[in-house]
Amino acid sequence: MNIKNLIKFIDGDLLTKSADLTREIKGGCGADLMSDVLASIQPNAVLLTGLCNPQVVRTAQMSDVAAIIFVRGKKPPQETIDLANEEGIPLITSPFGMFELSGRLYLAGLPSLEQPISE
Amino acid sequence: MNNRDTNFDQSPSRFKGKIITDEMAGKITRVEELAYILKISDVMSSSLKTLSPDHSMQDVLVTMRENRISGVPIVDNDSHALLGMVSTEDLIKCLANQDIDANLTKYMSTKLVTVNSFDYLTEALKLFARTGLGRLPVLDENGALAGILTKGDVTYGLLRALEHDYIEEEVRRYRASHLFEDIESDRSSLILRYTIEHYDFTHGGSASSKIKRALLRLGANAQLARRVGIGIYEAEMNLIIHTTHGGTIHVEIEPHQISVYAWDEGPGIEDVNLAMKAGYSTATEEIRELGFGAGMGLPNIARCADEMDLQSELGKGTHLTMKFFLKGEDVVGEGYTGKGKKETENDA
Repeated sequence: MNIKNLIKFIDGDLLTKSADLTREIKGGCGADLMSDVLASIQPNAVLLTGLCNPQVVRTAQMSDVAAIIFVRGKKPPQETIDLANEEGIPLITSPFGMFELSGRLYLAGLPSLEQPISE
Repeated sequence: MNNRDTNFDQSPSRFKGKIITDEMAGKITRVEELAYILKISDVMSSSLKTLSPDHSMQDVLVTMRENRISGVPIVDNDSHALLGMVSTEDLIKCLANQDIDANLTKYMSTKLVTVNSFDYLTEALKLFARTGLGRLPVLDENGALAGILTKGDVTYGLLRALEHDYIEEEVRRYRASHLFEDIESDRSSLILRYTIEHYDFTHGGSASSKIKRALLRLGANAQLARRVGIGIYEAEMNLIIHTTHGGTIHVEIEPHQISVYAWDEGPGIEDVNLAMKAGYSTATEEIRELGFGAGMGLPNIARCADEMDLQSELGKGTHLTMKFFLKGEDVVGEGYTGKGKKETENDA
């Protein structure tokens, strides 16, 4: 699934411009704890989160996230959007909750790209 | 905003019938930008077939046929001022009247929409969109005819500029990735230093972001850049969250290893072993709301780095060292040793 199809699939709104929407998504990861994302996510995932601050974008950039979806119709502040535009990471907001989004995307064939965090 | 005006659907023959792919659409912002950088004189055709007003419509017909053009600018012999244009449409009118020997001034259009050679391309794009015309005569500072601009010229000029951008970026990458090759010493290294302010969440992660980009420029593969980037990001956030006065990040890049040092001057960690335990955290509720302080930072660093050392003294400060060892194909700054393979990995 590429980002363009993803947006349609989740009734999403794209909040950023200048991003490559043909990028292929390999799977998903849902978390509000950025350290968990950094520790467990594999490259080219879509990140589902309720956290809206700019650190989400930084985290995504460090861990090669393909796109960020804000769940429950959340809209991040302008500074987050600005940073995402700068770094070329698409931000999408979807009216669905984290639980429903994960389920829908999983059923659509996107695997989990969360590795267990072992000590 | 201007991409609507560029009106790709009506683009020149070489793209006619071809669907604009998403990949091309992705370039639109840069194209918009270029429309404000390129001057009309940069893209117009300046080798022109023109006629002077003393010629006949027969001459127009011959000029059009021989040069396979659909419009001839009429210019004054002395001043080179543009007097009018004779288009195919004008020629058809003339032929319908069986008046081919008439002087061309009888049929030429004198109400012309023109552009200035010193204007930006965006002006021409707006005119193309507004008037629906296929070609615009271009005038220089003195009002003399300088050239002709067609939609084809615009597309060709933009593509050429994009190609130029692309080559420049490639050259920049190539230079950086061969950095260590051209400098001789017993041991060369590149040192990057960053000052991290306490509680500066706005810029939190910008140092790691810059370091990751630098590594990719130097030819590191995506996986290595990611590993180093995540490690440094955690260290950077630690300096922002847990120190009294922020700290310094110091990255030493050598062809075969990357060493990262994060220093601060306090408050220091009371029990290093406890701090290293996953889930242990001293972060406040406020920090947790930002998505940090889950007690995963240091364990995360340990996972990312090949070697990690944490020295801390209460009241004095903390020294964190991370080392990343580069295996054969990871090597940075010495060219693409593992050629084809590396480049595809970078793209991934």
